[in-house]
Amino acid sequence: MSEATIPDRAAPLTPSGNLRRRQLVSRAAELAATTAAVIAVAALAIVVYTVVARGAGAIDLDFIFTGYPTGVGPMLLGTLVIALVATLMAMPVGVLIALFLTEYAGSRAAGPLRLTLDLLNGLPSIILGLFVFALLVDHKQQSGFAGAVALAIIELPLIARGSQEVLLLVPRSLREASDALGVARWRSVLTVVLPTALGGIVTATVLAVARAAGETAPLILASSVFDPKQFSVNPFESMPNVPVWIYKLSEEGNPEGFTEAWGMSLLLVSFILFASLGARALLARSKRKLSS
Amino acid sequence: MSTVSPTAAGAGVRVRRMSPLRKRLDLVGDRVLFGVCLLAALLAGAVIVLVGYQIVHGASAAISEFGFAFVYETTWQPNFGVFGAGSLLFGTAVTSAFALLLGAPIAIAVGLFLTLLAPPGVRGVVGPLVELLAAIPSVILGFWGLLVLGPFVQSEVEPFLHGTLGFLPIFGAPQTTGLSVFTASLILTLMVIPIIASISRDLFQSVPPELQDGAGALGATRWEVVRGVVLPTTSSGVVAACLLGLGRALGEAIAVSQVIGAGSELQSSLFESGDTLASRIALQFPGALTELHKASLFYCGVILLVIGLASNLIAQAIGRRFGYRGATAR
Repeated sequence: MSEATIPDRAAPLTPSGNLRRRQLVSRAAELAATTAAVIAVAALAIVVYTVVARGAGAIDLDFIFTGYPTGVGPMLLGTLVIALVATLMAMPVGVLIALFLTEYAGSRAAGPLRLTLDLLNGLPSIILGLFVFALLVDHKQQSGFAGAVALAIIELPLIARGSQEVLLLVPRSLREASDALGVARWRSVLTVVLPTALGGIVTATVLAVARAAGETAPLILASSVFDPKQFSVNPFESMPNVPVWIYKLSEEGNPEGFTEAWGMSLLLVSFILFASLGARALLARSKRKLSS
Repeated sequence: MSTVSPTAAGAGVRVRRMSPLRKRLDLVGDRVLFGVCLLAALLAGAVIVLVGYQIVHGASAAISEFGFAFVYETTWQPNFGVFGAGSLLFGTAVTSAFALLLGAPIAIAVGLFLTLLAPPGVRGVVGPLVELLAAIPSVILGFWGLLVLGPFVQSEVEPFLHGTLGFLPIFGAPQTTGLSVFTASLILTLMVIPIIASISRDLFQSVPPELQDGAGALGATRWEVVRGVVLPTTSSGVVAACLLGLGRALGEAIAVSQVIGAGSELQSSLFESGDTLASRIALQFPGALTELHKASLFYCGVILLVIGLASNLIAQAIGRRFGYRGATAR
């Protein structure tokens, strides 16, 4: 053995040569991964911080409850109505699809249906805007309803997927007990399976609403010409709404409008963040309860 | 229950029978519930078909006017009734590719961090936070890009990149506004990170721990375990995740239209303004006056739909083929 290959006897367990290089590389990779996580979280923090810092000053009671120019009440109300109409359309269909997937579909029907849901989920929202424009707005007039249809299509795969996950967690024993008592399938679905999964279905719906509430692209084509002073609850006319108004203000380049837009952004972001964080926590809890 | 008749009750032990009415009701109920569920499932498929039909139908005037040349022609002059989506397609490709190039490594690293490095407490906080990035509405991200990121990019990042890497034509001279292809790509990067990160985290978690422990026992360092075991076993899934992220970046209209500056020419420098298919639709559709202009924007939608569906289908096919399912972007 030559002198060079003998490690330093004073410290027999310290890495030398190649191993030291390998460990350095590994350290560097760990550092890079941690940095990446820091970057991702910092991006969120910076965006949320900007929205809070610039928007908080704009918000007071007048801002929420009165019409333009002192407040954005009509936009908030419009977004609420559009999201509500969309959810009323998407939720029943979504839950029924989830039921079909868990209760009726064999693997041959489930595969294509899941693919369809994934494709629906992947449709760019501007495409849905064009779709509702061609279907409901062209040669007629813009309406909150048209926007709601587009949002419903965005919510549908999310609700169906979320509900399906929860329905799959309903214990087999409950279904079997129901079967053993000779209860018909539809009765056990409606009175045993659905009530057990209800909490999870509702939270999945809330997550879907949080996702759809901020969608702008479809509403630009479906419900963008409106009077920001007018409160409106009639979905069959063009309704004021938050995302389109933020978009318009951002295009205008007027500093006062920017403050207003930051204020609305803060309201929208806080609704979305609280809804999705709350729903996530509830969903995790109800899943734990079902699977325990 | 009234299923036992009074006379039978007196006769002692007897099996409770369902009344014929209830039996019939159950038969009908079963069929109705099945039918309604099936109908809902068919509705989902019908929506996809209907969307495709309406978009193509809306574009029919432009398709018959310009034919396939629309895809590569770069002239877009609404006043003269001449339309071509070449530069838009170019802008879409550049912004999405750049977003993916920058976002995918970061997102995969975040996924690795969450599965292999982070202690459970940190994981429980960072994971949801990264996913929340996807929950920020695009209009707010675009607004932030317009007022905060754009000026910063213009005053700091552009001069720096031009100074150090200016010999590359993509880093041309800095412009007066921060509204550029570059800023749009950065915003898109923020949008693809949460999608790819959450899917790749799920993928990395599915790698059998025995394989990793085996590599570790052979003396592999943490990085070598990742390089030699974790990434090779999940590579197809990671590719699928990137394709889903790509689909998101391609189709983003609002945020891009706010920060890209709506230029119409092909530029080699990333710091110039540009436009993408989706953002052109969002910007010009509300003001489109002629039917041909609208039809051309629908034609852009057709191209977008084809690319979007293709990237999604390929991602699903890869995911299915290699056993990873539920590659859903949330």
